[in-house]
Amino acid sequence: MSRLGTIARRSFLIGSTAVVGGAVFGVYKYKQPHPNPLLTALPEGASAITPYVRIDAQGVTIITPRAEMGQGIHTTLAALVAEELDVAWDSIRVEHGAPGAAYYNRALLQEGVPFSSLDRSGMAEGMRGTMGVLAKFMGIQGTGGSSSVPDAFDKMRVAGAAARFALVAAAAERLGVNAATLKTADGAVIAGDGQRLPYTELALAAAKVQLPDNPPLKPREQWRYLGKNMPRVDMAGKCTGAATFGIDVRLPGMVFATVRMNPAIGAPIKGFEASAAKAMRGVLQVVALPGGVGVIADNTWRAFQAAQAIQCDWAGPVHGATTVVFMDAIDASFDDKHQDSRIRNDGDVTKVLPAAKMLEAQYRVPFLAHATMEPMNAVAWLQEDRLDIWTGTQAPTVARDQAAALAGLDSSKVFVHTQLMGGGFGRRAESDYVLQAVHLAMAMKGKPVKLTWDRKEDMTQDQYRPAAVARMRGATTEGTVQLLDVRVASPSVLESQGGRLGIAMPGPDKLIAEGTYDQPYGIPNYRATGYRTPALLPISSWRSVGNSYNGFFMECFMDELAAQAGTDPMKLRLSLVNHESSRKVLMAVAEMSNWGRPLPKGRGRGLAFHFSFGVPTAEVVEVSVTKDGVRIDQVFVAADVGTALDPRNIEAQLQSGVIFGLSAAMFGEITFANGAVEQTNFHQYEAVRMGQSPKIHVKVLEGGGPIRGVGEPGTPPAAPALANAIFNATGQRIRELPLRKHIGFA
Amino acid sequence: MKLIVNGKAHELNVEPEMPLLWALRDELNLPGTKFGCGLAMCGACTVLVDGTPVRSCVTPVGAISGAVTTIEGLGKPDALHTVQAAWIDHQVAQCGYCQSGQIMSAVALLNQVKAPTDADIDAAMSGNLCRCGAYPRIRAAIHDAAKRLNGVTV
Repeated sequence: MSRLGTIARRSFLIGSTAVVGGAVFGVYKYKQPHPNPLLTALPEGASAITPYVRIDAQGVTIITPRAEMGQGIHTTLAALVAEELDVAWDSIRVEHGAPGAAYYNRALLQEGVPFSSLDRSGMAEGMRGTMGVLAKFMGIQGTGGSSSVPDAFDKMRVAGAAARFALVAAAAERLGVNAATLKTADGAVIAGDGQRLPYTELALAAAKVQLPDNPPLKPREQWRYLGKNMPRVDMAGKCTGAATFGIDVRLPGMVFATVRMNPAIGAPIKGFEASAAKAMRGVLQVVALPGGVGVIADNTWRAFQAAQAIQCDWAGPVHGATTVVFMDAIDASFDDKHQDSRIRNDGDVTKVLPAAKMLEAQYRVPFLAHATMEPMNAVAWLQEDRLDIWTGTQAPTVARDQAAALAGLDSSKVFVHTQLMGGGFGRRAESDYVLQAVHLAMAMKGKPVKLTWDRKEDMTQDQYRPAAVARMRGATTEGTVQLLDVRVASPSVLESQGGRLGIAMPGPDKLIAEGTYDQPYGIPNYRATGYRTPALLPISSWRSVGNSYNGFFMECFMDELAAQAGTDPMKLRLSLVNHESSRKVLMAVAEMSNWGRPLPKGRGRGLAFHFSFGVPTAEVVEVSVTKDGVRIDQVFVAADVGTALDPRNIEAQLQSGVIFGLSAAMFGEITFANGAVEQTNFHQYEAVRMGQSPKIHVKVLEGGGPIRGVGEPGTPPAAPALANAIFNATGQRIRELPLRKHIGFA
Repeated sequence: MKLIVNGKAHELNVEPEMPLLWALRDELNLPGTKFGCGLAMCGACTVLVDGTPVRSCVTPVGAISGAVTTIEGLGKPDALHTVQAAWIDHQVAQCGYCQSGQIMSAVALLNQVKAPTDADIDAAMSGNLCRCGAYPRIRAAIHDAAKRLNGVTV
């Protein structure tokens, strides 16, 4: 059976269920359907045809159950449904929707298997299949891993097509004609005689129609939304102040709160003295929390002020005290005892190559904060037998279940209303701030409580991108690489995240080594080994995860090998790459950047290529050396996404990934003293600003491979391309991030 | 105390040292102006006071004597300011959290400089952080808005 047929069969089991105020069918699961979350709150007269489409008298609402944290996913997901459903773009409404197992993310877990996404062998595919089933049964609704588009590409088009089929069938029955004589246009069924039946009038009848097993999808030539630059559904709101982020939620009778946690991450509080704080204007309550205190007031600023007025008796550090301790632990992990994975081992990297020249280098990267523009926040409202939460979250089902456990409620009594997010980058996959809000709501039962972190709390109570160290060995002969032996050590993000979920993650953590073993380089002796440093402190996913450092290690070292081999870095990679789409990406960036054209003195360019999340991405960075320091003049990016659903948005995502990667490469570093983070605000944790922002030229290739998401692939090549450009311009080889520790920037 | 916001006079009963930001957000329920850092490091809270850009997170409300304009007072989805229209045409926003501040800073720049150069934009906009890195489109939208405001057919 075709992949589409398989999905349709699995997705939309035939059957219909009458419910109050409408009907629903075509729910999503293998054997027994996950409950359609739209049914629990379906108003009178509304119809939920599939978990992704709701039609009522006002019109069509498309449920886009992935976190909108800037990547434009609500727009692309809506376009997938709208394309097949045949509705006018400016008529649709889009909602994140309630958390539900029906919205599980298969692609996210599938790419978690310890194989390269290029590896389509039986074993890799078998494991991907298992993970896909697991994801469904665990009902995980997550946003991350550049997985939303691959996950949704077929299933949301099928959802639109199935709903359209049902609407046409309902119209055919009403008119007493054959469905084949009917067409659709912009939210209505059109009869042969031109009569127009709006979907809004057909919805209830359509909900009783048996869904097709395999609804035909439009061929690409007929797409009118997909493949086009669609106006983002959230754009006008975000440019007029009308968009509601989590931090903007306002409810009648709401009170405003903040927290102050032990600066020594994870350490408890021994006691506190809050009489001065309690006497301050507007303060309603001081609440003891695990590891800190919370203040509830009638204004956020008053809560901030009062929190600082509390005298806290903090317990000492629990996770080790300093950056040096952490880095020493990572350095000490390069041994058999800590070996975690060796997913690639081609040829024999231990053999002596008499004709070759050896090269060894050590690289290191620091801990990093996510530093989203919107600080962590959540509104929680505990009423009799019901808890409502309004927040920005990348993992609403996890947040719901953890909140339920804390409040002593069944998950069915907890309602998470996912809001727009002022950045995510992995930070909002965690639920710590949600649980704090629940604690505060429990102390203030009956009143909605809005928790807002100040920036210091946000920066010092993050769950960080771990530091990592690489020991690289290579061997070259004239013009080529004979051997590459990569060893990477870092604490395990998967272990840390799993621990917070109460799940022991078995087996190796591919995240430690991702981006080392899975690069399409045909090097005869090529080995990649991951070493797991024992847990140091809570860490989490950070845009592109392991690729964020392994891209730097691999591609800077490749540049070093090119120099030793006496060959051009572009030429070297083109000669090594054994994957056609990757080769085309390299050739595209070479052409865009005029690679090979000599640059004037004082300027330089650097190349990096990285394959992550299924997307081969090549970047060329051009720099000038000025009297004020290094200046990034322009960046060229080429990436192959398989099929480009929204080229203008993909361009924005790749540019965003580049700037995020450059910010970390130039400036980003979190350090520790006395168990606490030393950086408290943006003056100590800088990022690229307008004056440092280069021109970024993007070329999106459509190689026809599997469709891919691009929230992350733009990030990994940025740091190595910049470091390689600095080497090209100055002769200085920098093997440690952030680069500013070694060179100044204009 | 009296505060004029978006052309409307408000009577506020708050501490004069309360930052303007929190008076706007929590007291007047105008959440379009964003809290980012609390130290004038990121620009998310930028509003105009008599046309001048001000970081509202560090400006005591008691120190305000002029008329405050926030993003809500600049334009509405059905009646956009030229700068907002340019922002939408260039599809600038990603997460969008910093964009209220970015737009207010851009409006202030264009009030001062009719046809800003890239260097003018760098100088005027570098106080506004964008973690999504929407800078290339912010720059393009400012150039475009300048042309529209100067009556140049785009």
